[in-house]
Amino acid sequence: MITKRIIPCLDVKNGRVVKGVNFQGLADVSSPVELGKYYSDNGADELVFYDITASAEGRRLFTDILTEVARTIFIPLTVGGGINTVDDFDRVLKCGADKVSVNSGAIRNPSLIAEAAKKYGDQCVVLSVDAKRVDGHYCVFAKGGRENTGMDALEWIKKGISLGAGEIVLNSIDTDGVKKGFDLEMLQAVCDISPVPVIASGGAGCIEDFVQLFETIPTVDAGLAASIFHFGEVKIADLKAELKRNNINVR
Amino acid sequence: MIAIVDYGVGNLFSLQSSLKSIGADVTVTGDPTVLRASDKILLPGVGAFGDAAEKLRENGLDQVVISEARNGKPLMGICLGMQLLFEEGEEYGIHPGLGLVPGRVVSMKGVVPSDYKIPHIGWNHLIFPENRGGRCSSEKSPIFKYIENGDCVYFVHSFYATDCRESVIADTEYGALLTAAVQKDNVFGCQFHPEKSGQVGLSILKAFCEL
Repeated sequence: MITKRIIPCLDVKNGRVVKGVNFQGLADVSSPVELGKYYSDNGADELVFYDITASAEGRRLFTDILTEVARTIFIPLTVGGGINTVDDFDRVLKCGADKVSVNSGAIRNPSLIAEAAKKYGDQCVVLSVDAKRVDGHYCVFAKGGRENTGMDALEWIKKGISLGAGEIVLNSIDTDGVKKGFDLEMLQAVCDISPVPVIASGGAGCIEDFVQLFETIPTVDAGLAASIFHFGEVKIADLKAELKRNNINVR
Repeated sequence: MIAIVDYGVGNLFSLQSSLKSIGADVTVTGDPTVLRASDKILLPGVGAFGDAAEKLRENGLDQVVISEARNGKPLMGICLGMQLLFEEGEEYGIHPGLGLVPGRVVSMKGVVPSDYKIPHIGWNHLIFPENRGGRCSSEKSPIFKYIENGDCVYFVHSFYATDCRESVIADTEYGALLTAAVQKDNVFGCQFHPEKSGQVGLSILKAFCEL
């Protein structure tokens, strides 16, 4: 039986990991290469690298570093941030990424999903959605959660899947950063309509939040988090051991 | 020297990096002379069966791979490269494969329950035949000498090999038993991606390199 995945997410700006990292034993805690290797060696099932660089120069640096990361880790690698064209897919896939995550770029131009899926296969295209409750509806937000697009999140996800998205990352803005658990209600709604894997993001604060996620929503495929892993609040080995104790199938 | 067959299908970067990381002497090549001079051959591949089989034939590399394998050189197919080892593939029509392993490649649609997502993507457990009942081989395949029954590897596929029971060295369970790896004499195939399967995957590649 397929296992539930645990995915650390690293934000990279100008070639360095941001948001602060607090690990003992790493010579350079903001090196994406060192951190990537640390997670790969310590039980992460997949890594997400998110490029939050704005400048073209920073972007070149990112692709250099991505190549180095891909050379070092032997688990699947997803890259997102600033993906607006099929050429952007090409750029990061050539560096060794396995999947590419699209967000604002696909909102502006939904056919990006179809073009990329046709060229690289559905399994390569991850649709990342930032959603928030507005007047009782789940609304899609763009530009890192700053701009309400007015689109219904469930409709957008259905459309994205029909265009060829092979996986959905649902980030609930309502629970993100609060550390009181994943947005189970919103995730359930998305899992109910999604025939492709759904990755839960936003809100994990402790090990119990992951247990609750997989127990409450058996159809959710993975849990993604950033700072709780980076600060060592949750160690992936401990998290996996606890999931196993609760009869949740993990690697 | 281990040769990775380059026939214009897929990204060979990760496979090459993983072999380098275990200290293997590796070359990526589409040159028949280099393939003939190699000690072992890895046949990678992503995409659709028919296209890939055609590309391999266009370059004449199919005959090189077949003759080297028949001469006893260790050969390992990975993902679509594993599927190409069989007699035929039924993806968008019926296409001939290399015919090095008896069996054929079919869609998992209708085989796995309808509420299971296709493609089968993610980490899943290897089940060795001796732990499955049925035909019992007491010795595990030499490529698994460093790993255990139940270890997890990373899969991404929508089609799987069937009618190949006598060659199966590992299955995986996804609502149904799916062929995860095969061996026929010196010819090996892994449906999963050893280069994306962490330490377990590297151990499989290491064992292959040591054959």
